[in-house]
Amino acid sequence: MKKTKQLFAGLILMALGLGTAQADYTLNLMKGVTKVSNDIYDLHMLILWICVFIGIGVFGTMFYSIYHHRKSKGHKAAQFHENTTVEIMWTIVPTIILIGMAIPATKAMIELDDVQEAEMSIKVTGHQWKWEYEYLDNGIHFFSSLDEASNKARQVGSGIDPRSVPHYLLNVDKPLVIPTKKKIRFVFTSADVIHSWWVPDLGWKKDTNPGFINESWTSVNEPGTYRGQCTELCGKDHGFMPIVVIAMDEPDYDAWVEKQKAAVAAEAGSASKQWTTEELVAKGKSIYDTSCSSCHMADGAGLPGTFPAITASPVVTGDINAQVKLMSDGKGMMPAFGKMLSAVDFAAVVTYTRNGLGNAVGDSIQPSAIQALQSATSAADKNE
Amino acid sequence: MSAVVAEHDDHHDHGPAKGLLRWVITTNHKDIGTLYLLFALTMFFVGGAMAMVIRAELFEPGMQFVNPQFFNSMTTMHALVMVFGAVMPAFVGLANWMIPMMIGSPDMALPRMNNMSFWLLVAGVLLLASTLFMEGGAPAAGWTLYPPLVLQTGKALPFAIFSVHLLGISSIMGGINIIATIFNMRAPGMTLMKMPMFVWTWLITAFLLIAIMPVFAGAVTMLLTDKFFHTSFFDAAGGGDPVLYQHIFWFFGHPEVYVMILPTFGVASTIIPVFARKPLFGYSSMVYATAAIAFLSFIVWAHHMFTVGMPIAGELYFMYATMLIAIPTGVKVFNWTATMWKGSMTFETPMLFSIAFVVLFTMGGFTGLMMAIAPVDFQYHDTYFIVAHFHYTLVPASVFILMAAGYFWLPKWTGHMYDERIGRLHFWLSVVSVNILFFPQHFLGLAGMPRRIPDYAVQFADWNMISSIGGFIFGASQLLFLYVVIHTIRGGTGEKVTAEVWEDAAKHSLEWTLPSPPPYHSFTTPPAVIPTEHV
Repeated sequence: MKKTKQLFAGLILMALGLGTAQADYTLNLMKGVTKVSNDIYDLHMLILWICVFIGIGVFGTMFYSIYHHRKSKGHKAAQFHENTTVEIMWTIVPTIILIGMAIPATKAMIELDDVQEAEMSIKVTGHQWKWEYEYLDNGIHFFSSLDEASNKARQVGSGIDPRSVPHYLLNVDKPLVIPTKKKIRFVFTSADVIHSWWVPDLGWKKDTNPGFINESWTSVNEPGTYRGQCTELCGKDHGFMPIVVIAMDEPDYDAWVEKQKAAVAAEAGSASKQWTTEELVAKGKSIYDTSCSSCHMADGAGLPGTFPAITASPVVTGDINAQVKLMSDGKGMMPAFGKMLSAVDFAAVVTYTRNGLGNAVGDSIQPSAIQALQSATSAADKNE
Repeated sequence: MSAVVAEHDDHHDHGPAKGLLRWVITTNHKDIGTLYLLFALTMFFVGGAMAMVIRAELFEPGMQFVNPQFFNSMTTMHALVMVFGAVMPAFVGLANWMIPMMIGSPDMALPRMNNMSFWLLVAGVLLLASTLFMEGGAPAAGWTLYPPLVLQTGKALPFAIFSVHLLGISSIMGGINIIATIFNMRAPGMTLMKMPMFVWTWLITAFLLIAIMPVFAGAVTMLLTDKFFHTSFFDAAGGGDPVLYQHIFWFFGHPEVYVMILPTFGVASTIIPVFARKPLFGYSSMVYATAAIAFLSFIVWAHHMFTVGMPIAGELYFMYATMLIAIPTGVKVFNWTATMWKGSMTFETPMLFSIAFVVLFTMGGFTGLMMAIAPVDFQYHDTYFIVAHFHYTLVPASVFILMAAGYFWLPKWTGHMYDERIGRLHFWLSVVSVNILFFPQHFLGLAGMPRRIPDYAVQFADWNMISSIGGFIFGASQLLFLYVVIHTIRGGTGEKVTAEVWEDAAKHSLEWTLPSPPPYHSFTTPPAVIPTEHV
C-alpha cells in the first residue's frame, strides 16, 4: 500500500505546515473556460473571503473568551444578558453585507439565464446511462457512453487498477464537439429519469427532465477537452455516464462536421450489404458490452428480480421478430433501442444474443431487415 | 384531564410496572423518553454501519465491495435511518424527558398517545429496514425519493411509502403532544417568555412537524398512485410534471432539516450558560430568531432546485429569501458568543461538545450561504460540496449536541456520574475525526466530484481516502459513547450526584431542583419558584 503510506506522510507534513506537492488534485473551484464560469468563480471567491473574514472575527472572539474568561484563571462571571444596541447592530450589519452580495449575484444569474441570440443549438437527451446529442442545425446525431477501458475497469472486482486507465470514468466513446467563440444554446430533456448535465469548465449544470425542455448556453474561448459527469442520481450506473466536450476552432470543427456526414453515408451503405452470422456476432459482442451488459450483466446472467437473464431467456431463444420488436419498443425499464442503435448495430446485437452468452439458436437477422422494420414503424407512428 | 390527575393522586408514590411489560405499556414520560433515546442510539449505529459501507467502497477508486445498486440503497437508507430513525427520535426522546421537568409538570399532556407514537415509530423504521431484504433491494433513489427514478424501485416501494406514512403519523402525534403539554401543563408563573430555550425551540419545531409531515405523506401517496393506480401526477405523458414532486418534497424537506436543527439550538442555549456561569445573552432575540428561522424555512424550498429549470424570477426570489436566513442564524451565533464572553467558563464534556457545535455549525452555515447564491450553486449543486455542507450542519451540529445533551443530563436521569476522562476522550476523537471526515469533501465537491456515485475519477482518490480514514475513526469513537451510557446507567464513577449536578444549574432551569434521579412523576405539586436566570 505505497499510496496509503504516501497519504499518511502527506497528512503529517500538512499537520507540520510544510504542505505537500503530492498529486494533481485541486482544492478550489475551477475557473473554467467561459466568461460565465469566470464570473461564477469570482463570485465564489468573493463570498468565500467574506465568510472567512466573518469566521475569523466570530471564532477569534470566541477563542479569546475561551482562553481568558475561564474559571480556572479565576475569571469572575459578569451578569449582563442583553444589550439592545449590540443586537440591532449585528442584525443590520449582516443585512448590508447580504445586499452587497446579492447585487453581483443577481447580475451573474441574469447572464447565466440569457439564452437569446445563440448561433447554434444542440439538443442533449439523458438516457439510463448515456447521453444523446443532436445538432439541431446540421442533423448530426449520436450517443455518447462511458469508454470501454473505464467500463471494464469499473466492474466489481475487475482487478484492473483504475490508475492505469487514462481519464478513468471521465472518458467517452464519442465526445461532443463544439466550435469555439460561438454562442451555443443547449436544450435538455430526458428519455427516462432525471439526469443532470455538468461540465465544470463551462460553469453550470442543468437537469434533464423527461417530457420537458430546459435551456442553457455557453461560449468557449479556448480550444480544449473539457470533462464532466451526470450529477443527478439516475439509477445504478449514475456514476458511469461521463460527458466529454471538445472545443475546436472553426476550421477544425467544420472538418469534423464533414467527417460525421461522411460516416453517416458509409453506415447507410454497410446496412444494405449482406452480413454473415460470424460478422454479426463479432460486432454484436462489443455493442452488447457497451449497451446491454450494465443491466443484463457481461455474462448474460442478469440480476434476479430486477434485470432478466439473456442466457436461456424465452424471448431470446424464441421468435426472432418478437425479440426485435421488444428491443425496438422497450418494455418497463428496458429502453427503446430502436431509436438508439443503428440498423447494423441492432442486427449485430440481436444475432449475438441468440448465438452467444450460452445461447445457440443459430439464426441471424440482416441490418436491411431491421431498416425495413424501422421504416414501417415510423410510418405507422406518423399515421397515428 | 382532571380525571387522570385525580386517579394518580390516589396512589401517590407508585412506581413503574414490574418486568419487561413496563416498557411496552408505559405511559410515563421518562420511560418513553428512555425508549426513544435508546431506539435512536441503536439506529445511530445502524445508520452509521451503512455509512461505513459507503466510506469503505469510496476508500479507493474502482469497485471493491458492493455493486452500484446496493451502494445507492446504502446512501438512501443511511439518510432515511439517520433522519427518521436517529436524529428526530433522539430529540423527541429529549423532549419527553425534559419538557415536563422544565415546565414543572408531572408528565406529558397525552401519555397514552405518547406510547402509541413511540411504537408507531418502531413499526415504521422496522418496515423501512425490512425493504433491505426484498426482491429488487431497498429504495435506491436517494432519501428525496425523486420520481421517475423511485418508481423503478422493486418490491420495496409500497413498503417504503407505508413506512413513511407511519413515521409521519408518529411525528405528528409527538408534535401534538408537545404542543398540548407546553400550552396546558406549565407551572403557575411559567409564562411563555420565561420558558427555557429548549422548550421554546421544541414548541416551534412541533408546529413545523404538524405542518410538514402531511405534505410529505401526500407526496409519497401520489408516488403510490402513480405507480399502482395509473395516475400521472409526476408523469409528463399524462399531463403531470416530475418537478412538481420536487416542489412538494422540498416544501416538506426544508422545514424538515430545521426540525433537526431547532431543538439543537435549544440544547446549546441550555448548556452554554450553565458552564459559562452567566445568563443566556439575548433570550428574547433568541426566541424571535428561532421563530423567524421557522417562518423562513417555509418560503425557501426551491433553493434545493436551482438547476431544475426555473424562470429567472424564481431563481432570484429563492436566492434572496434563502440569504435572509443568514440574519437570524447569525443572531443566534453572536448570542452564544456573547453568552460565553466574560463568563467564568469550565469545559466539561457537554460544554466541549456545545462549543464545537457553535464553531462547526457556523462553518456549515457559511457554506449554506455560499450555496444560497444561485449562479454559484450551478457549480456546487449535487456535488460533495453539498455533502460536506449538510453533514457539517447535521453531524458536528445535531449529533454533537445530542452527545452534549447525553453527557449533560445522564447524571440527572440516572443519579450517577459519567466518567469525565472517557467523555473528553470521546469528544476529542470525535471532533478531530469528524473534520478529517467531512472537511476534505469540500475540496472534492469544488474539484468536480458529484455526490451519490460509487466510484470516481482518480484525481479524487487522495481526499476520498483521507475522508474514509476520518470516517472509520469517527465511527469507532462513537463506541466510547455507548460505553459511557452503559457504564453510567450501571453506576458510573460511583460518585453520588446532587440534585443540581452542575454548579448553580438550578438557577437556570427547573429540572435541577428535582432529586437525581428524579421521581417517577416529575412535579406532583407545582414548583414554588420559577428560575428566571435566563430571561
